[in-house]
Amino acid sequence: MDIYREIILDHYKNPRNYGQIKDADIKAQGDNPLCGDKITVYAKVSEDRLYDVSFQAEGCVISIASASIVFENIKGKRVDDILSMGRDEVEGLLRVKLGHNRIKCAVLALKTLQQALAEKKKKE
Amino acid sequence: MKNIKKDFPIFEKNPGLVYLDTTATSLKPRVVIERLLDYYQNFSANVFRGIYKISEKATAAFEHTREITAGFINAGQDEIVFTRNTTESINLVCYALGRKLISKGDEIVVSIAEHHSNFVPWQQLAFENGGVFKILPVNEQGILVQDWEKVITARTKILALTYVSNVLGTINPIKEIISTVRRIKKDIIILIDAAQAVSSIKIDVKELDCDFLVFSSHKMLGPTGVGVLYGKKDLLEESFPFMYGGEMISRVEIEQSIFQPPPHKFEAGTPAIGEVIAFSAALEYLQKLDLKKIKRYLSDLGRSVFNTLKDEFGENIKILGPADADQKTSIFSFSFYNFHPHDIAQILDEQNIAVRAGHHCAMPLHRFYNLGASVRASFYIYNDENDLKALIEGLKRVIKILS
Repeated sequence: MDIYREIILDHYKNPRNYGQIKDADIKAQGDNPLCGDKITVYAKVSEDRLYDVSFQAEGCVISIASASIVFENIKGKRVDDILSMGRDEVEGLLRVKLGHNRIKCAVLALKTLQQALAEKKKKE
Repeated sequence: MKNIKKDFPIFEKNPGLVYLDTTATSLKPRVVIERLLDYYQNFSANVFRGIYKISEKATAAFEHTREITAGFINAGQDEIVFTRNTTESINLVCYALGRKLISKGDEIVVSIAEHHSNFVPWQQLAFENGGVFKILPVNEQGILVQDWEKVITARTKILALTYVSNVLGTINPIKEIISTVRRIKKDIIILIDAAQAVSSIKIDVKELDCDFLVFSSHKMLGPTGVGVLYGKKDLLEESFPFMYGGEMISRVEIEQSIFQPPPHKFEAGTPAIGEVIAFSAALEYLQKLDLKKIKRYLSDLGRSVFNTLKDEFGENIKILGPADADQKTSIFSFSFYNFHPHDIAQILDEQNIAVRAGHHCAMPLHRFYNLGASVRASFYIYNDENDLKALIEGLKRVIKILS
């Protein structure tokens, strides 16, 4: 399966939902110290739904494209549904199978968001 | 080197493989694989214990590797300890000798270019015993900055230094360094990490006058699971055991235990018998090829790699380490345009080119260069100009896909 397909490269070169959300109620940072990838995610949550989400990142094609594709897909979804997503769902959205090392790049954005959502939920 | 690929069975199944990651682990020649098989098929007994024939044979073959290893670096046989790998060899010295050597205020010196395995054990020892952890810098070209009169003080107890950097490829002038350092302080303990050196540089531990020298079988055509620790005899005798158990004991009573003399004192438990035995085939193979010829071949190939990469990509490729091929081995870490090293490595892999992407277990050095990660291509005896051509074409494809 070709990882560097047109659609993935398009999301890498023109990521959707890129930038800050000014009045975000979630702002969280994630990184992958193994390759220096960094991401900041912003989100707005209301009535257990994620109704806005964005990110800013430095990283490889997989990490940027997956942030773009995954966030595009989960906008508007219920927080609990987002929290239950994992590696399989990310691979499904990207339509690639990734190895042990690259999967960490692909799930960085989702994991960072999930952690922040879980913490917010715990506080409430 | 000519016709050498035929000695490596991996190329029969995978003839298009462009393997540029010898720095991580080398490929294995047929003679090594056959000797490993020979042990497992014909005399797979434990060593030192059996009175029966195949155990005697295994023990003799195991000790024969020790003899060949000693000869390879001009050490005494009882100065060669088999461990699992370079990392374990360093940790052994750190634990068995370092712990009793370092007290509050004593200094340990390493360079910024060390692999984590020759950095973290010393850092942690310094933290635990209240010692001072001192770092030698490199300059922009990746050459060690030598200011020994300032660095080595009356309190400096240990110097741990790599012979060849696994990122930069820089060859440290170890012999001159040791003689300079010993002039300033004679009794400093010096450990040399030779993991990236021993497969292409002829080493004579007596001539170097290092106290310890460590390397791994698997980076020099041998099997995984075998590391070597050379230590001066008196220092090995003075050191604590590293692990307790079988094999390293001469007598056990309820009141006390008496340990074997070195090297067996440091070889608790059943070792990697077949792998140690097969390691001898790797050493013989290297001896037959002649390390001097290997070094010359790799210098020429390395010069060609550097010049070709620069000619093709100019300022868009930034190669870490010295530009002069005589100051380095054929290890090339680089950044390329602003592409992520993972993407470069993955696109190269699609063309069956194996390179390494990451920090190569040298995070302090990458931080020094202000890089999160780099791509590393390393060349060895089974590589040639065709592999270089494949790399160039591969990198052009990276540009095409990612720009």
